[in-house]
Amino acid sequence: MAADAVTEPHATELSFYDVEDKHHHAPGGSTLIGFWIYLMSDALIFATLFATYGVLSTSYAGGPAPHEIFELPLVALNTALLLTSSITYGFAVIAMQEDKLRATQLWLAVTGLLGAGFVGIELFEFGNLIAEGATPQRSAFLSAFFTLVSTHGLHVTFGIIWVGVMLVQLGQRGLIAENKRRLMCLSMFWHFLDVVWIGVFTFVYLLGALR
Amino acid sequence: MNDATHSHDDHGHGHDEAPHFTRRGYLIGFLLSVVLTAIPFWLVMTGALQNPAVTTILIIGFAVVQILVHTVCFLHVNTRAEGGWTLMAYVFTAVLVVIVLAGSLWIMYHLNSNMMPMPSAEMGAPS
Repeated sequence: MAADAVTEPHATELSFYDVEDKHHHAPGGSTLIGFWIYLMSDALIFATLFATYGVLSTSYAGGPAPHEIFELPLVALNTALLLTSSITYGFAVIAMQEDKLRATQLWLAVTGLLGAGFVGIELFEFGNLIAEGATPQRSAFLSAFFTLVSTHGLHVTFGIIWVGVMLVQLGQRGLIAENKRRLMCLSMFWHFLDVVWIGVFTFVYLLGALR
Repeated sequence: MNDATHSHDDHGHGHDEAPHFTRRGYLIGFLLSVVLTAIPFWLVMTGALQNPAVTTILIIGFAVVQILVHTVCFLHVNTRAEGGWTLMAYVFTAVLVVIVLAGSLWIMYHLNSNMMPMPSAEMGAPS
């Protein structure tokens, strides 16, 4: 504001610099694009993990091969949970647009529970694999598998924590502009993890079962 | 000054107009992704196609289409969002992802096949 006052007398001369342009967006207006850039860099992390898995996916070192250890029905169930959580988050966003606080909280909670189910089943699967002796240190294939899949699972875990934080914030402040912005960031995060999971179930599980 | 600030705020608000997402858009995305997930799982779990090579190409194709469906319907990437920068960053990342994946697989495959044959028995034996 002080800057405005100072530049005002010279406005005609200095219009070239267009000081106002910097304030074009509302506070936090660039958060969404910034968060999007973060997600894109996260996509590169997953790309390197996928590449590592792709290179090592046949290095069994005498250990188990993918089709011997993967249980596709379990993976299908997990995929169904994550897909459903995508549409429930979509409903939360729509409820948010319509300024329906209760519905937003409800759909958000459903999304969090579905995510928790996903992580639970994944941990159950990991437990089974480790009990069978298919541990990360057994072969390069298993190291790459556990690294890739658990990195995704860790992201989902943080997504669930974020859902919990948003539920608290919504409970305290309601659907204020800041919370709407945070919900949109979480929306991108959640749907992004779903996209990564498409890659995981296709390239790791389905192609692994074919091999 | 007060007036100016006020109109500026209004302007920011009007400019900020959040894109309106529709229930229909989400439902279409969800239905498409259910179909695009179910078909590859069905193909692999029942072995409906005898030829694994064809199955492989098909399920990769389904995955690519499903990723695009999610990008448009759920992540709302389009040419208008954030003045096109969302799409720009997405395309740039997609190019990098393809280079990293294809490059790694291609190079490591050739390194593997150009290695001197090393029977595992000799590898373990003390020389």
